[in-house]
Amino acid sequence: MEKIEYEEKGQLYSGHVACAGCAEALSLRVVLNTVGQDAVGVVAPSCLAVICGAHPTSSVKIPVFHTTIESCAATASGVKRALDKQGKSQTTVLGLAGDGGTYDIGLQSLSSAAERNEDILYVCFDNEGYMNTGGQKSSSTPEKAVTGSTPAGKTTRKKNMIDILAAHRIPYIATASPSHINDMVAKVEKAKAIRGTKVLVILVPCLPGWGIGDNAMVKTSRLAVESGVFPLFEVEDGTRYIMNHTTKTQPVAEYVKLQKRYKHLSEDDIAGLQAEVDYDWDRLHRRVAQN
Amino acid sequence: MNIAANNRNLQLLSGNHAVAMGAMLSKPDVAPVYPITPQTPILEKLTELQTEGRFNAEVLTPESEHSVLAACIGASHAGSRVFTATSSQGLLLMHELLHYASGARTSIVMFNVNRTPASPWGFWPDQLDSLSQRDTGWVQLYSETPQESLDSVVQAFKIAETVNLPVMINHDAFYVSHAVEPVDVPEQSLVDQFLPPFVPPFSLDPEVGSSFGAPLAQDNWNKSRRVLDAAQAAVCDQVVEAGRDWGALTGRPYGPIEQYRCEDAEVVIVTMGSMCGTVRDAVDRMRDQGQAVGLLKVRLFRPLPVSALREALRDVPCALVLDRNYSPGTGGILHQEVKAALFGTGNTTKMHGLLAGVGGVSVSSDRIQRLVGEYRDKVPSPDAIWVD
Repeated sequence: MEKIEYEEKGQLYSGHVACAGCAEALSLRVVLNTVGQDAVGVVAPSCLAVICGAHPTSSVKIPVFHTTIESCAATASGVKRALDKQGKSQTTVLGLAGDGGTYDIGLQSLSSAAERNEDILYVCFDNEGYMNTGGQKSSSTPEKAVTGSTPAGKTTRKKNMIDILAAHRIPYIATASPSHINDMVAKVEKAKAIRGTKVLVILVPCLPGWGIGDNAMVKTSRLAVESGVFPLFEVEDGTRYIMNHTTKTQPVAEYVKLQKRYKHLSEDDIAGLQAEVDYDWDRLHRRVAQN
Repeated sequence: MNIAANNRNLQLLSGNHAVAMGAMLSKPDVAPVYPITPQTPILEKLTELQTEGRFNAEVLTPESEHSVLAACIGASHAGSRVFTATSSQGLLLMHELLHYASGARTSIVMFNVNRTPASPWGFWPDQLDSLSQRDTGWVQLYSETPQESLDSVVQAFKIAETVNLPVMINHDAFYVSHAVEPVDVPEQSLVDQFLPPFVPPFSLDPEVGSSFGAPLAQDNWNKSRRVLDAAQAAVCDQVVEAGRDWGALTGRPYGPIEQYRCEDAEVVIVTMGSMCGTVRDAVDRMRDQGQAVGLLKVRLFRPLPVSALREALRDVPCALVLDRNYSPGTGGILHQEVKAALFGTGNTTKMHGLLAGVGGVSVSSDRIQRLVGEYRDKVPSPDAIWVD
């Protein structure tokens, strides 16, 4: 166990309406406290919009603008350019979006912002589905997972967003998990100091969407990391891979058994998922070795 | 009127290049742009001016018009003056964000080049693209000439930043966008005198911390529309004021509508955009022949200057509304709007709604004169009529 070391600055107020035990609220709190007050947020419709709202109250200390679900990176680009023109280049512009607003409908505008290397820090709170609308499949939903629109389990794999982003050769991409707060803080600090497009993908297990207990978010996140389902790593300039958690100590079976969305899986299904995780893990390590 | 005439800086410009000059003189801070025929010369002129160091905006080139307008909204909310331009499919792709931009009370100025919406594909002058966006809360102006387009861009910033609503100026594809004519390009000092720097009423400021656009309950949503309604109600006066002040500086005054030779007119032709130029010629020729015919040009379409239209058509025996657009199942949109403006006022004008020039087909001065002869004594149909 590591000691959690980060400065709580009160950037996310208590009293917001996230579910008790929400991984997204915790992750948002860490991100906002690490970035600090000299920041502007652009929020795409998602649970984030509910957590930050609702008008006329605000749960966040920084100013945020609520944009459309497909426009987070584009709106953030506009905010950033305006601040640049006003001589406020030091202000961090945060894109705050879910996986629907990143992997699916927001991919086009994010790709374009990345191609232009806009100076924004884009944070995807990835709960592997449209959880704010009650839990439907997104292209981030993993294979076999049951959602409201895939009642028999999703038949295709989770989209590899990190590979897509790496192909844009942006200066910084990282994954993060609420089970590894110090790692998350270090990545936000690192990203904040870099000019250009930075993307952080944080896995945020959704209590109702994944069917886990309200005390199980950190444990589930940790198992995602330790099983290699969600490796913690960084990609610099789209080419240099750095592993932050280098061992794979848990079987995928341990990860899936906590979650109702996987309760229908057979042993063969789990073996299939394990094989895919092993393949991706090896491929990632080969990339690290190639640095 | 001719104080400025001696100081004119006449340049041969296409309508689109005149727009770019108007945008440059208005000194926007941010200009996200995306190419589309026949708007592209506006974009290319601006980036050329930027390369020459004459246009100092932050220029973004996102992947779609949708992202262009999203960037405009973000930049405007961060307190900057913002300009963009589009046309047809691009404007339609923006539809969702058109609502967003007005609801968020941005002061964006956008130039739209009126072009047929697909399908089938066409690149021709037709106003359905912008007219079908009439309920999105944008102020809409329609321009007749390259000079008016330049002048309207500058005025649009004044209007947008006074009422905190986005303004869309439109001119017809090719007839105006690519037609070249002498255009007076005002001195920067004159534009600066007319258009002071943008002072945003609110912005995304970390020192203040106010957030915008968050979800809200029914009563506050309802309130937001009432506030928007009050802002819309102030637009017409601002268009009058901006047009008058610009006229005082340049000798070229503008208003929400223009009545051209409408004194004692027995027939008034009501239309918008490039068609107005052709109608002027037809009116002159008919007046020469002793026919009392005039032009009622609608420059401000949203919000519709209802009082001015009622007054302009109060004692007019016959009106021909020429629509270069077709709303399927309805007919001509201007016809529909003018009828609605007059309903219940006791107006007895015999009004004909003519679908003339839909899809960019040429409507000549001769043709307009024949239409007047054909329809002036006819019993009007409540429906739109297709004319060749």
